Amino acid sequence: MNSPATTTADINTPLNIKWSLRHRSTLVSVGLSGLTYFIAVVACIPLFSVLTMLIWRGGQHLSLRLFTETPPSAFAEGGGFGNAIVGTIVMVGIAALISVPCGIMGAIVLAECGPESRTATIVRFCAKLLTGFPSILAGVFTYASVVLVTGTYSAPAGGIALSILMLPIVMLTAEEAMKSVPRKMREAAYGMGATQTQVIWHVILPTALPSMLTGVMLAVARAAGETAPLLFTALNSNYWIIQDGQQALMEPTASLAVLIYNFSGVPFKNQLELAWAAALVLVLLVLTVNLCGRALADSQKHY
Amino acid sequence: MLTLQKPHRHVETVIHSEVLIDCRIENLYYGDFRAIRDCDLSIERGKITAFIGPSGCGKSTVLRCMNRMNDLVQGFRIDGQIHFQGQDIYHPSVDPVAVRRHIGMVFQQPNPFAMSIYKNVAFGLKLNRVKDDIPGRVEDALRRAGLWDEVKDKLKSSALALSGGQQQRLCIARAIATEPQVLLMDEPCSALDPIATRRIEELMLQLKERYTIVIVTHNLHQAQRIADKTAFMYVDTSNSSRTGFLVEYADTHRLFNHPQQEYTLQYLRGEFS
Repeated sequence: MNSPATTTADINTPLNIKWSLRHRSTLVSVGLSGLTYFIAVVACIPLFSVLTMLIWRGGQHLSLRLFTETPPSAFAEGGGFGNAIVGTIVMVGIAALISVPCGIMGAIVLAECGPESRTATIVRFCAKLLTGFPSILAGVFTYASVVLVTGTYSAPAGGIALSILMLPIVMLTAEEAMKSVPRKMREAAYGMGATQTQVIWHVILPTALPSMLTGVMLAVARAAGETAPLLFTALNSNYWIIQDGQQALMEPTASLAVLIYNFSGVPFKNQLELAWAAALVLVLLVLTVNLCGRALADSQKHY
Repeated sequence: MLTLQKPHRHVETVIHSEVLIDCRIENLYYGDFRAIRDCDLSIERGKITAFIGPSGCGKSTVLRCMNRMNDLVQGFRIDGQIHFQGQDIYHPSVDPVAVRRHIGMVFQQPNPFAMSIYKNVAFGLKLNRVKDDIPGRVEDALRRAGLWDEVKDKLKSSALALSGGQQQRLCIARAIATEPQVLLMDEPCSALDPIATRRIEELMLQLKERYTIVIVTHNLHQAQRIADKTAFMYVDTSNSSRTGFLVEYADTHRLFNHPQQEYTLQYLRGEFS
């Protein structure tokens, strides 16, 4: 039992530690690595083909007038969709104003005030259900509870419908962000005599902010692209939200998503081209918001 | 009557000025698990008291009882009292947050906040609503923690960029910035190299003049080097459970050189696995 191990190679044979494909395990390892790279590239094909298509078809129609003019009628030339850009920004903004505070406060309950409690378990389960909630139902719900009550399609109604879709994303990502704040940092704060409010406000929220912002960005990106809820709540419009000094917040409101939906199914060339351009602008808008959010998050890190 | 009362009063005042924390733990549970039994000892003002003993004997648990950090653990329950300056800190009328402002804590892993060095130290001042001369107080705390010269030019940079030893001294600065009366230190050097450890030990000997220090350590030499009094805890594994208890508590010199208990003697000789 005490003799030196005899299973290793004889001391006289030359040491062989070079790469060799003759070993079965090496072959499998190399093969699987190649496969993962290949599949990773395949997974990117849809994204890049959509982007290429958008840039190719939409890019050639990009011009400043798209941002300053309102949509043209069927046979007219020119025109733009500035009102739809404003509409999308306003409605996503309203949705964020509702869903971000609610979502973060909900996340505080889930992550800090008894993560294992019955309330938290039920709320978390509901939020997970809501992430898979069909967006058209959010539209129908808002139609019944806001549009019928106020008697009009409007930007706030659109915002409320979108906030229903944003809320669970904000809440669940914020919960994860808060849970990932190291336990030792919490202990440090409690150990110094911080109350729970102070620990959450001064330590957990600032530390979790970058990841929480990522969640908000995800939610904004999703909401900006939603069409179905807006069809029932904001409808569409060919006018600006503020026109001739008159605000039309409680009127039907245009959005990029609905505009793309409407113009992509028509036989008129000009409107079709506008739909392509609008799609590109929508993607760029979401991308810009994402990059800004990322930059903001990075600048907040560690301070 | 007079002659009887006078000495009595005298004795009482002496006890009052000496004993800062009077710990009388009969039983301590986490859920159904009894973690500690029979741990009675008095922490004296202005001294360094060390807890030694094998892993899992509950040294840290006892330490964390002294500023009610264990309240954060689910299922925690304690039979007994811990008196701090004559008040039972486990009395229902006591706010654990207020207790922790008088009894600060330094942890095993350096745990600065993800903020700048300056904000880390100013954090406790902000909690206590101290408004005047915050920069001066921050500088003072950093000086007393022996960190000022190393960080004075980069107060605005992240505390997480400091080395482990510097981070731990920052945590000490953060803890003493609010002038607590007691500093609880839970194996403060176990994550540090010998040089950083040495610096923290020197620091503790300096801080002893203003604060009462209670330290948990695995390092017997460390206890001998710095502690005035040492408590030895051991773990009772009968009844297929692991319950920690206090074996012996005495002046450090006496405990290491003339232990009264067989357990202590065996542990100091390294006879336990």
